[in-house]
Amino acid sequence: MAAFGVKELVDVLRESAGEDEDVSLEGDILDVDFESLGYDSLALFNTVRWIERDLGITLSDEAIDVEGTPRALLDEINKASTQSV
Amino acid sequence: MKTPLITGLGTVSPNGLGTEAYWAAALRGESGIGPITRFEPDGYPGRTGGEVKDFNPKEHLPSRLLPQTDHMTRLALVAAEEALADAGIDPEELPDFAMGVVTAASAGGMEFGQREMEALWSKGGAYVSSYQAFAWFYPVNTGQISIRHGLRGASSAVVTEQAGGLDAVAKARRHIRQGTPQMLAGGVDSALCPWGWLCMSRSGRVSAVENPSRAYVPFDIEASGYVPGEGGALLVLEDVEAAVRRGVDKPYGAVAGYASTFDPRPGTGQEPGLRRALEMALEEARITAADVDVVYADACGVPELDRLEAEVLAGVFGPRGVPVTAPKTMTGRLLAGGASLDLATALLSLRDQVVPPTVNISRPAHGELIDLVAGEPREARLTNALVLARGYGGFNSAMVVRREA
Repeated sequence: MAAFGVKELVDVLRESAGEDEDVSLEGDILDVDFESLGYDSLALFNTVRWIERDLGITLSDEAIDVEGTPRALLDEINKASTQSV
Repeated sequence: MKTPLITGLGTVSPNGLGTEAYWAAALRGESGIGPITRFEPDGYPGRTGGEVKDFNPKEHLPSRLLPQTDHMTRLALVAAEEALADAGIDPEELPDFAMGVVTAASAGGMEFGQREMEALWSKGGAYVSSYQAFAWFYPVNTGQISIRHGLRGASSAVVTEQAGGLDAVAKARRHIRQGTPQMLAGGVDSALCPWGWLCMSRSGRVSAVENPSRAYVPFDIEASGYVPGEGGALLVLEDVEAAVRRGVDKPYGAVAGYASTFDPRPGTGQEPGLRRALEMALEEARITAADVDVVYADACGVPELDRLEAEVLAGVFGPRGVPVTAPKTMTGRLLAGGASLDLATALLSLRDQVVPPTVNISRPAHGELIDLVAGEPREARLTNALVLARGYGGFNSAMVVRREA
């Protein structure tokens, strides 16, 4: 399986929740919390469920944290992916 | 009692996106009714509808809103933005609870709901959007408009089928009387998907005629039911003093009178409630039948309901006593949005002193009862306009709007 990185995360965010007009997802967003990126809990919920489905993994509900960052979420995803292999 | 003013209009309609485009088309007698293209209507009774054409949501709305909105909510958000801009109101400049939203709905986001149900049954629960939580919900337009524009005053949704387009405005008027200075109100609706189409056609009132110019001909001897359409209007209602403080000098008009009634139980033989609603609305407006200059009819297109309405109008106004029109013959009936669009149209006719036509009428069925403005617009001195709306299941509403000098 190809690695799931920030580019893949941004793709899923755009498709499942859209993109705030006042925020750029192009720059270095790894350590910016999701709320500042324009995502509320439902948007993040939709995004995380989408990723779980596509990668065949299960993340804990703690992964859905609008105060969390893309870096933290990617860590969770990659940890879960390693376990599921 | 104070009569709130209407100071802004936003409309989306099968024959025009935006108020002025719609109004120009309505005066030209240009219809937006045609074959259904949104889904494959084979196998359903009725294949003709009023679709809003060339609407690309990406051009009108931020992408954050797209995954979470049904088509009807997108149309409503566009109308809301237009109505606020038309009124010259920037909600960000208002105090926190100064403005609320009341919308009318029929069934919520049917198309969104159907898509997610399909995902559930064909692929499984993991494929259902989290936004299903609210995107299908009938008050969703109120919620999305409220969130987008920060309108946190008294807000709600009403569900009274076609009568809702007036009932929502009436409820907003009540909030204004209770102290909320500005309200956004009305209905924008759509259910042009197989599920929505099935629900509508089960009433037996949807026309099976395929010819777009013959499918919806109320008050004509060929009347065969109605054509469903999508769209509607949102209106800015405003307390008179608040409007004066803002320097509004040309409101569209005032909501002068309103009433709603419910039909008696079928089989009792009692008179339906339309006439009572009409008379109570005139009474509240403190006018008599002679003061009404134009009537926007409910115009259901079902022969016995058309006759009933024509008889009520002849009974109240005298035979051919007032010009009657149904510009919805150019859009179809827009569920909870239809009466709001009629109300907006009535206000535009007060502004421009012209009545838009009822189109495609070739042989009037009730020519001895009503003076139908058919084919061509009619210039007239207009001070008071009456809008009638009947909702499936027994709802009747009537609203009088008055031109402000």
